[in-house]
Amino acid sequence: MKRVLLVGNPNVGKSVVFSRLTGARVIASNYPGSTVEFAKGRMKLDDSWGEVVDAPGTYSLEPTSRAEEVAVGMLADGDVVINVIDATNLERNLYLTLQLLKCGKPVVIALNMFDETGHKGIQIDVGKLEDLLGVPVVPTCALSGEGIKELMSRLQEAKANSLQHDNSTRWCLVGEIVQQVQRMGHHHHTPLEALADLSLRPWTGIPLSILVALACFETIRLIGEGLIGYLLDPLFESYWRPLVMKLSSLIGGGTHIHDLLIGNPVHGRIDFGQSMGLLTTGLYVPLAMVLPYVVAFYLVLSILEDVGYLPRLGVLMDTIMHRLGLHGLAVIPMLLGLGCNVPGALSTRVFETRRQRFVTATLMAICVPCMAQTAMVIGLLGKFGATGLMLVFGTLAILWLILAVIFRVTAVEESPEIFLEIPPYRIPSVRAVAQKLWLRTRQFIVEAVPYVLLGVLIVNLLHSLRVIQVFGHLASPILTTILGLPEEAISALLVGFLRKDVAVGMLAPMGLDKAQLVVASVVLASYFPCVATFAVLLREFGPKDMLKAAGVMVLVALIAGGLLNLIL
Amino acid sequence: MTVADMKPNQTGFIVRIDAGHGLSHRLETRGIRPGVAITKKSTQPLRGPVTIQVGGTELALGFGIARRIIVEVGG
Repeated sequence: MKRVLLVGNPNVGKSVVFSRLTGARVIASNYPGSTVEFAKGRMKLDDSWGEVVDAPGTYSLEPTSRAEEVAVGMLADGDVVINVIDATNLERNLYLTLQLLKCGKPVVIALNMFDETGHKGIQIDVGKLEDLLGVPVVPTCALSGEGIKELMSRLQEAKANSLQHDNSTRWCLVGEIVQQVQRMGHHHHTPLEALADLSLRPWTGIPLSILVALACFETIRLIGEGLIGYLLDPLFESYWRPLVMKLSSLIGGGTHIHDLLIGNPVHGRIDFGQSMGLLTTGLYVPLAMVLPYVVAFYLVLSILEDVGYLPRLGVLMDTIMHRLGLHGLAVIPMLLGLGCNVPGALSTRVFETRRQRFVTATLMAICVPCMAQTAMVIGLLGKFGATGLMLVFGTLAILWLILAVIFRVTAVEESPEIFLEIPPYRIPSVRAVAQKLWLRTRQFIVEAVPYVLLGVLIVNLLHSLRVIQVFGHLASPILTTILGLPEEAISALLVGFLRKDVAVGMLAPMGLDKAQLVVASVVLASYFPCVATFAVLLREFGPKDMLKAAGVMVLVALIAGGLLNLIL
Repeated sequence: MTVADMKPNQTGFIVRIDAGHGLSHRLETRGIRPGVAITKKSTQPLRGPVTIQVGGTELALGFGIARRIIVEVGG
């Protein structure tokens, strides 16, 4: 099978081209580095199937970050290269193009975002560019799909053409080519560009960032609560409850199978949140308590990503973050981590040094609760008013700060400075946002729901095998003395290795008071990552560093939980 | 004068880059090299990052990096 590689600078739309070519859906965003792993798909070539690989973006063939290494490493296995370039930024993109041509692979060029050149007063003579480079050049607008058919049909014309040059003359050659094919007309400052400038000036940018944060928070709360209150709760109550009750009387209470499927009644009736049956809590927790917030969160995040706000937020935060030994762009792993820690950990790959990646990922794994866990904490602590929630998230924020300072003080090397391309603001396409939201929601349903069910199953097993009593007794010096939690809370800590949302849900029937719930929520967030995040961290950093991180996590959870128990 | 000393909206030409091979190379791949025009877009307080524009690229650079890019600003 022929292998087609998509190669290009970061944020030129490779992932959108990939989706168009293969029909496969991948996450694309308006910031450099949203693809850190490669994606594979299949496309129809004229007489056979070909494999298409979407590589992370790279500025040159001498990699400067882990994500770039991935891209360059893949080049050797490609049969044909589609070099995606940003038509509004021809000069910089051609630098990589010339390097690609020099390695002798057959190349076709997708001159992407061609529609934007018009607005920017840029004219490109495509025919001439094709003559000069000696390989096919196809203007495309991947977002709308324009030019993709032509790109596919001209793939077979791909050829190698090493333009004679070396590293020192490459820019001269680029300059000559650009001079011959590109005319810059007069360009008016657009309102979006004015807004882009304002978002980076401190006096306007910082208030704007606070405004954006508040707006996001309110939107997520509104959508999450709305979906639960007006859609999912009524659905479960009026349609699912009668069915489950029928099933319950059919099976008959007290049997093992009844305990497993329906669970134990609370105050004489089935409680979707607390009964701990596969068909009750097992479905209600992921679908009616967590999913609404996941959808709300990803809608807001997708819009922020596609507008291009995140890199600007990174710049504003860098002044503080750099002093903490972090990178301004570390806001991206933290924000992604608020959705799910797995993509959060993966996104640290854009950083240059291993230490930066490790510190950022560890901070995220300890102090950033994922949306599934957050939704459950809201469900549990919400009834005590906002102070309980503020205590949990405030503690995690303070922990984050303290840990960052400790990491900073113990660092041997100076942390690298920010070096980041800022994309223009773009109006997000409704279709692209909807697609991305669907992709992430589906991922949650497919990947999280089975784990939640498994978690509920394990809870049942633990109870019937009396494991909890034994472990609870063993752990009681720590649990009761230091954290002030009942012995049975050990079950939540055990299940928390698998799914944090189920673990938080298990606290509900224990009758904890507000202070205990706060302690338990903080401990559950920080003591260890869930199994999915753990697997990613282990793969990215190896067993030795993972062990170090795990030590920090357990210690942090005990100290923070113990102090909270003393204070509250 | 360095990029760190430039005022917002000021444009100059890059004279040289006082950096080792690694940083010079990274700057070069983004189009930041001697001879090209560079416009300062914004600064952050307390020696925070600066943003600049070169060609069609807008970039954020740490203050320390900005200080290594020597520019000449026309009178």
